[in-house]
Order: sequence, then structure tokens, then C-alpha cells
Amino acid sequence: MSKIKQQSLHKREAELANANRQLEILSNGIFGDGELPTFAKKIKETNQFPLRPKKLEILQINVGYMCNQVCEHCHVDAGPDRKEIMTWETMEQCLDVIKNTGAHTLDLTGGAPEMNPNFRRFVEEASKAGIKDFIVRSNLTIIRANKKYYDLPEFFKKHNVHVVSSMPHWTRGKTDKQRGEGVFDLSIKALQELNAIGYGMPDSDLRLDLVYNPNGAYLPPEQAGLEKDFKHGLLEDFGIHFHNLFAITNLPIARFLDYLIASENYEDYMYQLVDAYNPTAVKNVMCTNTISISWDGWLYDCDFNQMLGLKVASKVKHISDYNETVLNDRNIMISQHCYGCTAGAGSSCQGAVTE
Amino acid sequence: MAANNYYDPADLRKFGQITEWSEELGTKFFDYYGKVFEEGALTAREKSLIALAVAHTEQCPYCIDAYTKDSLQRGVTKEQMMEAIHVGAAIRSGATLVHGTMMMNKVNKLEM
Ligand code: SF4
Ligand code: SF4
Repeated sequence: MSKIKQQSLHKREAELANANRQLEILSNGIFGDGELPTFAKKIKETNQFPLRPKKLEILQINVGYMCNQVCEHCHVDAGPDRKEIMTWETMEQCLDVIKNTGAHTLDLTGGAPEMNPNFRRFVEEASKAGIKDFIVRSNLTIIRANKKYYDLPEFFKKHNVHVVSSMPHWTRGKTDKQRGEGVFDLSIKALQELNAIGYGMPDSDLRLDLVYNPNGAYLPPEQAGLEKDFKHGLLEDFGIHFHNLFAITNLPIARFLDYLIASENYEDYMYQLVDAYNPTAVKNVMCTNTISISWDGWLYDCDFNQMLGLKVASKVKHISDYNETVLNDRNIMISQHCYGCTAGAGSSCQGAVTE
Repeated sequence: MAANNYYDPADLRKFGQITEWSEELGTKFFDYYGKVFEEGALTAREKSLIALAVAHTEQCPYCIDAYTKDSLQRGVTKEQMMEAIHVGAAIRSGATLVHGTMMMNKVNKLEM
């Protein structure tokens, strides 16, 4: 059993607010004494070590860790008390990169990206760069959090933004348990508003996808089946449409790691991840086609490595020195959290990575 | 090695090892087991709920662990899980009670 915490690990000055401490935990214990193989050892079995990037497809920019919610499973340790926010100066550096990148997808995330005071200006400028797929990860409740956000759906529509939103279940109980009281009703309202202006409707070009991640120490089910359940449930009960559902595995870092340890599920969960290891998923893990940029302009292999403070192993480490060719010639930083990306059908910000 | 309890949750992780002491039978069992739980005329979720109910009537702690987790993973709600267990409980108590007719038959036969 678990309660929704109102503060981030950082604010509480909890032990696991420290990324190095998290990395220690992931390297010691069952992995330190060889009871379970490390991720490096595991991918060596199929000659996939070191992990190397393929073609860059996605630029994921984290514009800040501030969020209106404090979800218990959050790998960002986001919350209203986090003050790390991307400045306009860094955004301008990002815009230069966006104009010249070979990537076809731009993915803005947070926290709640909309809470960055320069969010709209940034979206307006970035959308001019003509990137094929422009994603904003919106937690839905932000749209209803404050009057100043009420027009976000229209704003997204105007800039042809692809909205990707988390929705843990199609029933109220499970959603509120994971994300906090009232989150389900607010999310439903936001989805209805997005639908009303065309988002997520069958045949509409205004893309609305949902993200599911399990509400506890277990793995997500098969994505296609779950999508059917969500579609059926949300349509039947609330008349809501959406396009795709991405089933994402919770990675054992930040608040989710804290929860796993506090609830004495850590070892079992790591066993589950290792048991479900799928060598085919390794080929398509997110870091092979993504660069993650933090609020302060540092470059990472993925958003998870960002939270663990594992900067790219490249001469180019900061957006101010950005060079795609140099950057793509690197080994990816890994640890045992990577097992979360290779369990079952695999997991990425775009959901499963294998058919 | 020596456990202090008959049941240790960590032993569930070792289930696969039973194959080591009888390769052929173990492998046959796991092949069969895997097939049974594949999506068929019943969905994987329906099978998981049946397994959860039977796990309770069999009172196997390992199976209860495994199929509670499996049910959650398949999006089963706790209300559905509890209803499934009641089905198991009803059959089990019904099975006890229906044998009461045997007792009644016997009494009727023995008494003048
Ligand atoms: S999971 Fe998303 S919505 Fe929840 S606290 Fe983290 S960033 Fe915010
Ligand atoms: S956690 Fe990051 S680095 Fe590790 S496999 Fe996943 S995407 Fe790659």
C-alpha cells in the first residue's frame, strides 16, 4: 500500500534524490554479488555491447522538472517544488539545433512542459523549423489546473502539436491511486476538450496518443490488447477517442525506485525485468535513435540517464557545442535500469519497441 | 540452504529449476503450462482470473503471488479479483455442503 506523496524526493532531501546513490543501489546487492547478471553482461551474450546509436530520429528536450502533479512513480522526481526550468537562452540554443537537425521528431517533456514561462514562445519558434512530428508530453490535468492553461488545446492545434498524455487506467480508482485524488476526472475533462476540437478523433490529423504505465511493481501487458481495453472503456463510459496507446515499463529510478525499496518490491521487480529480458528489444531501445537535452542544456542518451546524471560519453556534452556527427559516434551509458527498456516487447517513450 | 519456513517467496523464482532434476518431464510440463495460458477461445485475462480463483481454492501461496501480479498486469481490477475468489470460495463451500446429502442419505438408511 502506498500513499501519494506531496513533495519531490529533492524537496524532502531523501536519500534517493541523489543520482549517485541510485546508481550505487542499481550496481550493488543482487547485481553486485552476481545473483543477477548486469545489463552489460546480458547484452554481451548477444554481442550487443557496447550499445551504439543508430540514426538520430528524435530530439527530446526536457524544459524543466516543475510539474503540477507529484505522481508516485515519476522517474523525473517532478513536482511543484522543483525549480529547474530551462531558460530562454538555452531554448535559443535548442532552436538552433532544431533548425539543423537530421531528426524527424521533436519531443518536449518535463515535468509539465507547459509550466515553463517561455513554453509558448518556444513552441511557436520550434514549429517554424518544419519538423515532421512535434510532440508535447502533456499530463492533461495541467489543461484544467489554472485559467491560463484553459486554451492549451487551441494553442496545440494552432501549431499542429502531437499531444501525448499519460492515462494510467480507464477507470477512476486506479488513476487516482497513482496520480492523486481527482486526477481522473480532470484528465477525462481535458480529453473531452481535446476531442471537441478534433484531437484524437478517428481520421483526424491532430494526433492524440495516451501513455500507460503500471500502477505498481509489475510489468505492462501487451500493448495492442491494452489499447483495445482503453479504447473500449473510454469510449463507452466517457465518449472519448484517442489514436494510440503506448504501454511503458516503469524504470527503477527516482521515485519509482524509492517506492520499490520502501515497499520491499525491489528485488522481485528486478527479477521480473531480468526474466522478461528480450534481446530483440535491445536493437530498438530509445537511446539508439534519441538525444535527450536537459533543462540546463546537457546532453544524455535518454531522459532516464538524464535523471541519473549520466551524461553522453562524447566530446560533445552540452547543447552549446552540439554536433550531431560527433555525438552519434559514441557508446551509450548503461546500468541496470536499462533492463526496463528491454523487458517483454520493450519500452520507450513511444511504447513497445518490438512487434 | 536450510530454510526456516516451508514457504519462502524467493522460492517462486526457482520454479524453473525443477527441470534440472528431470529435464524431460520438467520441459514437458512447462511447454504444456505455457500453451495453456496462451490466448485461445478464452482471453489471457480470463485465464488469469480462473488461475487466481483456483490458486485460492488450492491455497498455494506461490500461485496466489504469481496470479495476483499477473492479473494486475493484465489490467484486472481488484473488484474483479475479489469476485473471482468468491466464485472459488462458493464452489468450495458448496462442494462441502452438497456432501451433506451423503450424510443425510446415510442417516436415513441407518435409522429406523
Ligand atoms: S509523471 Fe509526469 S505528471 Fe506525474 S509528476 Fe512526473 S512529470 Fe509530472
Ligand atoms: S535506460 Fe536509456 S540508456 Fe538504458 S536502454 Fe533505456 S534508453 Fe537506453
